[in-house]
Amino acid sequence: MFSEPFAHGNSWVHALDARLRIGVAFIFSCVLAVATTWQQAKFGLIAACLLLICSRPPLRPLLRRLAAVNIFVLFLWLTVPCTMPGPAAFHLGSLSCSLAGLHLVWLITLKANAISLLFIACVATMPVAYFGHALHALRLPGKFVFLLLFTYRAIFLLADEWQRLNTALRLHNFVATSSLHSYRTLGTLVGLTLLRSIDRAGRIHQAMLLRGFSGHFTSLAEFRFTRRDGKFTVAALALLLLYFTLF
Amino acid sequence: MPLFALDHISFAYPQGPELLQDTSFAFHATEKIGFHGPNGCGKSTFFLLVTGLLKPKSGHIRFYDCIISKEKEFRALRREVGLVLQNADDQLFHATVLEDLAFGPLNLGLSPAEAKKRAEQTLAQLGLSNLRDRLTHQLSGGEKRLIALASILAMQPKVLLLDEPTNDLDPTHKKKLMQILHELQTGWIIVSHDFDFLRDTCTGFMSIEGQRLRRSESLHLHQHVHAHPLGDMPHAHE
Ligand SMILES: Nc1ncnc2c1ncn2[C@@H]1O[C@H](COP(=O)(O)OP(=O)(O)OP(=O)(O)O)[C@@H](O)[C@H]1O
Ligand SMILES: [Mg+2]
Repeated sequence: MFSEPFAHGNSWVHALDARLRIGVAFIFSCVLAVATTWQQAKFGLIAACLLLICSRPPLRPLLRRLAAVNIFVLFLWLTVPCTMPGPAAFHLGSLSCSLAGLHLVWLITLKANAISLLFIACVATMPVAYFGHALHALRLPGKFVFLLLFTYRAIFLLADEWQRLNTALRLHNFVATSSLHSYRTLGTLVGLTLLRSIDRAGRIHQAMLLRGFSGHFTSLAEFRFTRRDGKFTVAALALLLLYFTLF
Repeated sequence: MPLFALDHISFAYPQGPELLQDTSFAFHATEKIGFHGPNGCGKSTFFLLVTGLLKPKSGHIRFYDCIISKEKEFRALRREVGLVLQNADDQLFHATVLEDLAFGPLNLGLSPAEAKKRAEQTLAQLGLSNLRDRLTHQLSGGEKRLIALASILAMQPKVLLLDEPTNDLDPTHKKKLMQILHELQTGWIIVSHDFDFLRDTCTGFMSIEGQRLRRSESLHLHQHVHAHPLGDMPHAHE
């Protein structure tokens, strides 16, 4: 149901140390988030694009993700120019679009896409479980990492229970119509999905305790910082330096 | 000295009837006990009480002759008493088989490399190495059951509590499970409705009668209805 379309490539980006990739994504997106000029944002966009191309992502999922981001941006295009004060660029009937508003939205568009591309290149290129382990290796508290990983798992459990109940309904020839019977059945379906998922979570907790779980985060993942990672770090630092000398 | 013992235990689920009433039981680490009884008589509940996942209404559990009640003390018990639950689905919670098998050893304090080795050894021992990198939620029912057993064996417990281990297993894998058990140096309590299996793997028996745990030397012979759907492939009755 939730696939990780970018996670299983074999480019050199995938082979980089996960901690390094998360660090780079974090630092560069912070830098980009506070950028104030088009040039800065374009610089970031180009850098992110290059890295993304190196990670050789599958095209369709990539377009779908970018579409999702840009739908939000589209709403900004519809609202911000009309509501920002300032000299008007042009008029649409009684609405006037301010020049400052257009400038700002274009900046946001560039920045949003740059950061999304950066995250797809750096972070989406590892499975979620691995991401959690890397965060733990970066000294994030175990509790936080548990929360992340278990939330992710819980979505699957919920979906799984829903599927199971749905199958049971179909086996009993249930067809959803707009009758009271249908609404009652669907209501029960939602309720049961939640109840069963809670039960199931309880049983999983039991199984964890039976295997000696005591609240500490453990993981098989071992992270190694190789020469390739060293080179990448140098390149990233150089890029950062270039950015700050240029702007 | 028994490994663990129940003293005057009573238990009922909230709003449920009394399942166990003032019952006592002691288990020695070398015993091999078959546990049978009708559906819903409280066999799985008994296992959960022993391992501290449920708390008795009254009475207490002893581990090496010490009364235990705290979670920390039960944690020590669970190192030596490995329980494989009835529902294999809920026991595998990592993405891959290898990670799942390494979870127990990691919790016991092994390093990632050691835990990985232990997981691989366990898989090899059970002849399941081909499942090493499979995703746990994509395994078949029988495979899940074997991996659930493996995940407990990877912790190398002293005794095993197995809750209907033969469910979902075909005859070949049932025989393989028997073989695995025969090679182990542990004691066990096995819950099963499969009397042939119990007779082949256990030397003593127990059941729940009138909310009490009862031991018996032999299986009382229940009427043994036995299907031979594959008439041209008969099997021997000893
Ligand atoms: N979590 C629960 N809450 C309330 N009642 C429960 C719960 N789990 C089990 N029961 C009830 O307690 C009784 C004993 O359940 P238990 O699972 O121990 O039976 P069992 O002997 O293992 O049966 P089976 O052979 O079917 O596995 C059953 O009547 C069951 O309905
Ligand atoms: Mg049971």
